[in-house]
Amino acid sequence: MIRETTLNAALLVLLLAVPLAALILDELFIITLATRAVIFAIAGIGLNLALGFGGLVSLGHAAFFGIGGYAMGILAYHAQTYTPLIEWHFVIDGTKSMPVIWLTATIASAIAALGIGALSLRTSGVYFIMITLAFGQMFYFFTISWPAYGGEDGLSIYVRNGFAGFNTMDPITFFAICYAMLLAVLWLVARLVRSSFGLALGAARQNEDRIQAVGQRPFTLYLAAFTISGAITGLAGALFADLNRFVSPTMFSWQTSGEIMVFVILGGVGRVYGPVAGAAMFILLEHVLGGLSEFWHIYLGAILLGIVLFARGGLIGLLAGREVADD
Amino acid sequence: MPLLLFIEQLLNGLQFGVMLFLMAAGLTLVFGVMGLINLAHGSLYMIGAFAAAATAAATGSFLLALMASLAVAAIAGVIVEMTVMRRLYDRDHLDQVLATFALILIFSEGTRWLFGSFPLYLDTPAWLKGSTQLPFGITYPKYRLAIILVGLAVAAGLFLMIARTRIGIQIRAGENDREMVGALGVNIARLYTLVFALGAALAGFAGALIGAIQSVQVGMGEPVLILAFVVIVIGGIGSIKGAFIGAILVGLTDTLGRSLLPLFFGVFMDTSSATTIGSSLASMSIYILMAAVLIFRPRGLFGAA
Repeated sequence: MIRETTLNAALLVLLLAVPLAALILDELFIITLATRAVIFAIAGIGLNLALGFGGLVSLGHAAFFGIGGYAMGILAYHAQTYTPLIEWHFVIDGTKSMPVIWLTATIASAIAALGIGALSLRTSGVYFIMITLAFGQMFYFFTISWPAYGGEDGLSIYVRNGFAGFNTMDPITFFAICYAMLLAVLWLVARLVRSSFGLALGAARQNEDRIQAVGQRPFTLYLAAFTISGAITGLAGALFADLNRFVSPTMFSWQTSGEIMVFVILGGVGRVYGPVAGAAMFILLEHVLGGLSEFWHIYLGAILLGIVLFARGGLIGLLAGREVADD
Repeated sequence: MPLLLFIEQLLNGLQFGVMLFLMAAGLTLVFGVMGLINLAHGSLYMIGAFAAAATAAATGSFLLALMASLAVAAIAGVIVEMTVMRRLYDRDHLDQVLATFALILIFSEGTRWLFGSFPLYLDTPAWLKGSTQLPFGITYPKYRLAIILVGLAVAAGLFLMIARTRIGIQIRAGENDREMVGALGVNIARLYTLVFALGAALAGFAGALIGAIQSVQVGMGEPVLILAFVVIVIGGIGSIKGAFIGAILVGLTDTLGRSLLPLFFGVFMDTSSATTIGSSLASMSIYILMAAVLIFRPRGLFGAA
C-alpha cells in the first residue's frame, strides 16, 4: 500500500513528465492529450467539491462547463469579428485575453450555479439528480435553438487567446498554462476542504440534523459549495474551449455531465486529487482502447461498471488500499 | 391559430404524452419499488425499437415486430436485473447513476456493433397508413391515433394491475415496506425481477411504436429517457398516477409550446425574431415547467410528502 500523499505527488509529477517527454520525442499529439487530461481534471475537481465533499450528486455540471466554454467563445468571437459585445449606453468589446475570459467564465458559471443551486437545493436525493440534469438540458436546448452564436454548429475561434505575451498556440506553452491553473485549483480546493467551511460542509453531508443543531444552515453550506463547484467547472470549460478553439452545444450535453462524473468516480470520490487520477485514467483509456477497437465505449463501460461494483474507492482508493477518503 | 390546427396539436401532444407515460411508468415503478435510479431505461427503449425493426425486416409483420419488442426488451431487462441491478439496490444513488451510465455505454456501442451506425426504418403497416376522419371535421393520421388508443389502453391496464391484482398489491406493498413483504412470504427477488422486466417491456414497446414514426438509431433512447425523468419528477417519483398526469402535461407543454410560443411572440415583434425567441423558449419549456413544479412542490405533484 502506498501513502496517499506520495501517490498524489507522483500523479502530479507524472502528469508533468509525460508531456515534457513527448516534447523531446516530438509527439505533439501526446501533449494535447495531456492538456485534455489536465482540463478534465479541473472540471472534475469542481464537481467533486459538490459531489464528494458536499454529497450533492449533480448530473448537470455540463451546464457550467458549457457556460465557461461559451464565455470564451462569445468574447473571442466578438473580438475576432470586431463587433462590440454590448452596445447600449456604453460599449463592451470582445476580448482575446485569457485572464479576462477566465474571470468572465468563472463569474458567469458561478452566477448560474448560484441560481440553479438555489432552486435545485430545495429538493434532495434523486430529485436533485434529476433537476440538475434538467437544468443542464435546458441550456443544451437553448444553445441549439439560439442562432446568434452558431446554434447547433457551434462557434470556431481561429487563433487561441493570448496570455501575457506567451505563444499560446505552442502546445507545451498552453499545457503549462493549464497545468498551472490545475495547481492553483488544487491548492484552493485543498485549503477549502480543510477550512471551517469545508469541515462544516462535510459534517452537513454526514448528518444534517447535527449541523443544524449547532447553528449552521445546511442549505447555505450546500449552496456555497455548489456555486464554487460550478465556477471551477466553468473555468475548465473556458480552457477546454480554448484548447479546441471551438465551442458547441455538445459541451452542454448530458453525456458531458456523465463524463465529468466519471472522472470523479474513476479517481475516487471525496479525494482532492481523485479527479486528477480519474481524468488521466479516462484519457489513457480513451487513447489505448480507442486504438484497439472502434467500439471502445463497450470496454470503457465494462471497466466503469467493474469499478462501481467492486472498487468503491476509485483508482486512488485502490492504490492506497483505503476505500473511504479522510473525513 | 385556427381551431382545427389547435386540436390537431392537442392530439399530437396527447400522443407524445402517452408515449412518455410508457417510458415513465417503468422508471417510476423501478424507483418506487426498488429505490433504483436507472439511466439505462433509455437503452431498453432502444433495444425494443431495434428488435422491432429487425423482426419487421425479417418477417414483414408489424404485430410480430411489436411482440418482439416486448419480448426482447423484457428479456434484456431480466438479464440486466439479475446481473447488475441486483447489486445496486443497497447502494447510494451515485453508484446507481454511474453503473447505469456504464450500461448505456455498453448497450449503445453494442447495438452500434451489431447493427451499424446507420438508422434502420420501421414501416407502419398498411392498415394504419393515411388519415382518418374524426368528429367535427378533424382529420388525423391513423397511426398516431392508434398510438394514443394503445397507450391509453396500456395505462388503464397498468392501473388495474396495480390496483386490483395480487401482483399489484405486492408491488404497492413493496414500495411501502420491502422487509415486511419479504417476511410475509413474498419472494422479493422474483418480484423485483418481474417489476424490472415489466418496466423494460413497456420501454421497449414505446421504442417500437415511436420507431415507426422516427428512425431507429443508436442514441434514440437518451432524449426520451431525460423527458421521462422530467415526467416522473413532475408527477412525484413512485406514483403511477403522477407519471400519467406528468406525461400528459409534458407532452402537451412541449407540443403546444413549439406551435404556440412563436405565434405568441409574433403578436408584439417581427416574425423572424418571434420564431427565434419562441422556439428557443419552447425547447426549454418543459424544463421550466419542471423547475416551477419543484419550487412549489419539491416532491412532485403526487409524491409522498
